[in-house]
Amino acid sequence: MRVNLTVNGRPQTADDVWEGESLLYVLRERLGLPGSKNACEQGECGSCTVRLDGVPVCACLVAAGQAHEREVLTVEGLADHARQRAADRPATHDTPAPPPDTPEPAPGTDLAAARSWQASPADPANSELAPIQQAFLDAGAVQCGFCTPGLLVAADELLERTSEPSDEDIREALAGNLCRCTGYEAIMDAVRLAAARASQGG
Amino acid sequence: MDFLRPTTWGEALAAKAEHPSAVPIAGGTDVMVEINFDHRRPAHLIDLTRVADLYTWEVGDERVRLGAAVPYTRIMTHLRAELPGLALAAHTVGSPQIRNRGSVGGNLGAASPAGDCHPALLAAGAEVEAESVRGTRLIPIDDFFTGVKRSALEPDELIRAVRITRATGPQQFAKVGTRNAMVIAVCAFGLALHPEQRRVGTGIGSAAPTPVRARTAEEFLAAALADADLWASGEPLPQGLVREFAELAAGACNPIDDVRGTAAYRRHAVAVLARRTLGWAWESYRDQIGSTEGGAPRCA
Repeated sequence: MRVNLTVNGRPQTADDVWEGESLLYVLRERLGLPGSKNACEQGECGSCTVRLDGVPVCACLVAAGQAHEREVLTVEGLADHARQRAADRPATHDTPAPPPDTPEPAPGTDLAAARSWQASPADPANSELAPIQQAFLDAGAVQCGFCTPGLLVAADELLERTSEPSDEDIREALAGNLCRCTGYEAIMDAVRLAAARASQGG
Repeated sequence: MDFLRPTTWGEALAAKAEHPSAVPIAGGTDVMVEINFDHRRPAHLIDLTRVADLYTWEVGDERVRLGAAVPYTRIMTHLRAELPGLALAAHTVGSPQIRNRGSVGGNLGAASPAGDCHPALLAAGAEVEAESVRGTRLIPIDDFFTGVKRSALEPDELIRAVRITRATGPQQFAKVGTRNAMVIAVCAFGLALHPEQRRVGTGIGSAAPTPVRARTAEEFLAAALADADLWASGEPLPQGLVREFAELAAGACNPIDDVRGTAAYRRHAVAVLARRTLGWAWESYRDQIGSTEGGAPRCA
């Protein structure tokens, strides 16, 4: 069957999708977006966490057909999503209006750009990364990295709805994401760091 | 495999009538695991996520009609006052990702003895609204579970909603597992005090082939509370009474040894959970009647 869905702000089509296939398989194997990781395939580990119509879910437990005509955000689109969110927030100062006849860029993350995405060192104030991604790097919250994409999506969603999360909030929000390197303390540090930077407007 | 996408409840019922072996899927937290692991290859999947009615609920005077696919997250946030036991149970399900998708209808449809909702529903009192093209019937929750992963649903029926009695007193839920998140319960216990009816409701999970009520324990406690006029006085419960209740609750179990725990451990743990939940619930009840009667706040 054919599945039409919006991934990271861009419309995508997957063809010849098997009816029992998961959204995770479609993302990784048909759309070439391997950021969401495939590990337990039973919703235990959170490595495949994406947002479906804004809600964090395990992509391995969403049937591909259920994502038809829905919006999916993966780790590959997280930086764009964070930029868009920052731009949508009420501005605290006057920003000059864009020139009137500049063509509107296509929304969302280009698939080719998402596939060739690479982390590059950057200073936090002028980062191409989402603030949560930069915070993970700065706090040393990445060891083998396999759980990282799911944690980033889950943590970013937490900070979107709770600007000053308590440690309990963070633990609860990340309870569905397992890190087999057991780097949880550094992960907690990273989320606290991202929250602190956001509250300082940095 | 066919993937059917009804957009109305009528279409969903028609699809189930035409394909009685079709597997309904909403949150996918059980069904997709079975498909991913090749444990199940249904000829048809009926996707219920486009049937908007299943995601709504109505709060009535005496009961809440909860749409079958309302995710646990929304029960936790919106129905904590009306359905405290179920909201507590919902909060122990899996993880945020799972609670964002999983629902009471799915829990009932799977009918696992370990389903977290079941003890809360048994304790509160509920009816399952089962519907087919032939019509609607209300299945009392006490008659719903017929065996391990078996329910009273007919092959052409789908769960439309669950009608759950609104709480009139404190409710509690507790379960035993190796960690807080992402575990299947070793055993679970739900307790509901129904002060107006001078009645006690219970539910036990993962300690018998089906979720069960501890009826003897319920009757014993209700009689003991009435005999000593404790409903009215709100006096602390005598230790012997609590112990007897816990032992009777353990006696209602018919557990097995499995990878999660032994039968003996489950009996012991159910007694502990029964004792604790009764303690918590009775404390809340005393606060409740203390405040409605204008009594001074009690010291801890």
